Amino acid sequence: MENSPRKGFWEAMNSLDRRIIFLILLVCVAVPLLLNVGAPIPPTPPVQLAYDAVESLEAGDVMMVSIDFDATSAPELMPMLHSALRHAFSKDVRVVMLGHIAIGLPLGHMALEEIAAEYDKEYGVDYVDLGYRPGYIAVMIAMGRDISDIFASDYQGTPLAELPVMTGVRSYNDIELLFGFEHGAVIDYWVRYTQARFGQRMTFGTTAVMAPDAYPYLQAGQIEGLVGGLKGAAEYENLIGHLGLGTRGMPAQQWAHLLVIGFIVLGNLGYFFTRRKG
Amino acid sequence: MKRSVPLIITFLTGFFLVVAFFVPHEPFGELEQRLLVWFAIVSGFTMLLGIDNLIRSHARRIARTNTGWGHSIVLLMGLVVTVVVGVIGFSRLGSPFHIHSPFMFVYTHVIVPLQGTMFALLAFFIASASYRAFRARNTVATLLLISALIVMLGRIPIGAAISDFFPAAQEWIMDVPQLAAKRGIQIGAALGAVSMSLRIILGIERSYLS
Repeated sequence: MENSPRKGFWEAMNSLDRRIIFLILLVCVAVPLLLNVGAPIPPTPPVQLAYDAVESLEAGDVMMVSIDFDATSAPELMPMLHSALRHAFSKDVRVVMLGHIAIGLPLGHMALEEIAAEYDKEYGVDYVDLGYRPGYIAVMIAMGRDISDIFASDYQGTPLAELPVMTGVRSYNDIELLFGFEHGAVIDYWVRYTQARFGQRMTFGTTAVMAPDAYPYLQAGQIEGLVGGLKGAAEYENLIGHLGLGTRGMPAQQWAHLLVIGFIVLGNLGYFFTRRKG
Repeated sequence: MKRSVPLIITFLTGFFLVVAFFVPHEPFGELEQRLLVWFAIVSGFTMLLGIDNLIRSHARRIARTNTGWGHSIVLLMGLVVTVVVGVIGFSRLGSPFHIHSPFMFVYTHVIVPLQGTMFALLAFFIASASYRAFRARNTVATLLLISALIVMLGRIPIGAAISDFFPAAQEWIMDVPQLAAKRGIQIGAALGAVSMSLRIILGIERSYLS
């Protein structure tokens, strides 16, 4: 028996060449990026809370920044890192950077140098990069007693005692806020071993896919705020009044989401019609 | 003896660390700090073991001209070049991570674009999979599908432009059903970790010795 025209159409749609899907997605992402458009995104409560946590810091306070991602997550996390650093430096907060993903730390270092230059901040006086030490949990717990036991020097080998920015900074007691940028399970370690044990105030920026993992900590009050994904980054940019890569990337994300929604609906219609008639 | 000594070391280390967690005073606090520093140092050495293993396995593949031996050459060359530019950066500028070091050039122009490209490919596969595999085959799958559509719409500006329902519903899904499920999983995993840790400390679980 011959197929009806409608069934033929849906069968053809069901066997659509994946390269056509790839091409449509490429256009949906590339065109908004090339047009370089983007409007401010209103902040949601989790991002507002993260902003408030940094806003509560005073000049001279210390914010520890943890780089726990690499290039795979840079498009989502770099915009929020830039915003957080701008926010901290604009308030003359001292920034102490470290990281638990060795291959991602240079990204954090480059962002630190770039944003510090915008605010005429001096390395060693206003900010420092401690670098990387292996051991995740061991590093986190040991810093609760004495940071210099683990980080005897900064990434260049300069002893911490010779860096004015580290004056009076011995352990978590001297760090007002930890702002971690996460694309994996390191956020769990920070919360379990640093917040739960030492009571460290902390807030996080995560990839969109990781944000659901952080919601229990946010609701329990273990973390003060949460910047999730590119949308969160765009919201943070709006809050500090400096629209950047997050805001410019949102149209591309919007069209990609709409496209995926369209594909899901179309795929299910095809499934429904071919199954019904078959 | 060969098995009892490691078991005794494991028991004593685990016992002292548990005590140190609840009694951070001397001598437990200092002992814990010392053990943590040792752990960090030992972790560093595991990288050397990893490099050793990487070189051996790929050198073997090249020597035997196994499938993909050409890729192994590229991998080993990448390893050598990265180490060499790192050493050059260290000797000239004091750190391979200095912004003007040759390592940072390789990092910025090779490592970052390669990692980014690999991950970006995921978007294309997700788009293709959403079309072909995300089907409302039964009630549970339909619920998952509807939730996904609401969350995706709620996280983009056009969702709020269509209706305030989408951002609000997205927040509710994240705050209530998602969070309940996630919390249950986390509590289960934590109980499992405590149970396994106790088994190791008490010498019941010994598979790490083999």
